[in-house]
Amino acid sequence: MNGGQDLGGMHGFGPVRPEPGEPVFHADWERRTFALTVAAGATGAWNIDESRHARESLPPADYLRASYYEIWFLALCSLLKSRGLIGSDELADGRLRHPPRAVPAPLRAAEVDLKLARGWPADRPAPDAAPPRYAAGDRVRTRVGAPATHTRLPRYAVGRAGVIERCVGRHVFPDSNASGRGEDPQWMYSVRFDARTLWGADTTAASVTMSCWEPYLERDA
Amino acid sequence: MHDHDHPGTILPDIDLRVRALESLLVEKGYVDPAALDRLVETYETRIGPRNGARVVSRAWTDPQYRAWLLDDGTAAIASLGYSGRGGEHMVVLENTPSVHNLVVCTLCSCYPWPVLGLPPVWYKSAPYRSKAVVDPRGVLAEFGLALSPEVEIRVWDSNSELRYLVLPMRPEGTEGWDADRLATLVTRDSMIGVGLPLSPGAAAPPEAA
Repeated sequence: MNGGQDLGGMHGFGPVRPEPGEPVFHADWERRTFALTVAAGATGAWNIDESRHARESLPPADYLRASYYEIWFLALCSLLKSRGLIGSDELADGRLRHPPRAVPAPLRAAEVDLKLARGWPADRPAPDAAPPRYAAGDRVRTRVGAPATHTRLPRYAVGRAGVIERCVGRHVFPDSNASGRGEDPQWMYSVRFDARTLWGADTTAASVTMSCWEPYLERDA
Repeated sequence: MHDHDHPGTILPDIDLRVRALESLLVEKGYVDPAALDRLVETYETRIGPRNGARVVSRAWTDPQYRAWLLDDGTAAIASLGYSGRGGEHMVVLENTPSVHNLVVCTLCSCYPWPVLGLPPVWYKSAPYRSKAVVDPRGVLAEFGLALSPEVEIRVWDSNSELRYLVLPMRPEGTEGWDADRLATLVTRDSMIGVGLPLSPGAAAPPEAA
């Protein structure tokens, strides 16, 4: 979706402002929002792509005005409500009004270190899967489209020619996984775009490289 | 730490709202309060850019490790004990005298958590995400870094689970230094590509965890 999150190449946001000696969190509510989001996500009530999609679905004006952890908070509330895990009435004052529902796997303190260290790998190797369509060095072009649903192809790279740097492996396809269509694993490639094909003369980059899943690509003539 | 002077920008009562949500989720049994504390503690004290600095300084002192790191970043990094959440699939980008790499996530905030911790605010901000991908030299200037025009700048848009760590060049004048000493020169910013390692003699700046 071309929402408020799709910022690559936009102008007018002003300079980057590094903060020397920046703390990990700037307020206690940020700390709690971070931990609640990771812990709730670890239960398996939704997947990482659904979580990203919930953040990116905020109206663009809100997305751009909100601070980072406000976006996380709003997305977490929306995911919990959509799964029926909390009610809007409960969210207003924190008072429990509806009995809890079962969640797949609540994260217990003793498991935190192990689960973080294991992570949630997105590769889905399958020896009998169809082989990758493209190989390193192949010229490809991203398909033109403007899906209203979740995608990881930023709009600045839509319909652009690039070169396959390598096939990374068979990975969960976020476009499906965020939309209730399952993991639908696809070959994922590192694709390098000459910066001039993206921005003409208005760039100081030599190239921009990103992950593209096979359905994003077609062979370039 | 200034805990209460950062209200939300669209939710002025965010502090109260988060407390209400937390008590609700705990009461419903969806989250374990001790797990929340462990998560915060982990990213405030255990997982941060010092991990990445150990990876880089090892690569500077051990050619075999360096080759492995560039070939299979995930495995080589895991061998030092850094793995998992936010770094399940790692790629290490080698800076050379002619190539400088810079990492951004234009769509959100994808960042290599096991080696750098949580991303700083500027990395997640609209100015960086919008500009890095089109005018990296302009961004580097905002960090006080001017690279020679002959150096090619490669930008990596970290748009999903593939996460990147920049392997900066080892500073001149560090011959004979061991990996621990070299690690003190490796800054977080040099591993994102918006800075260079410190020069020998410069003190390491205070950085979060």
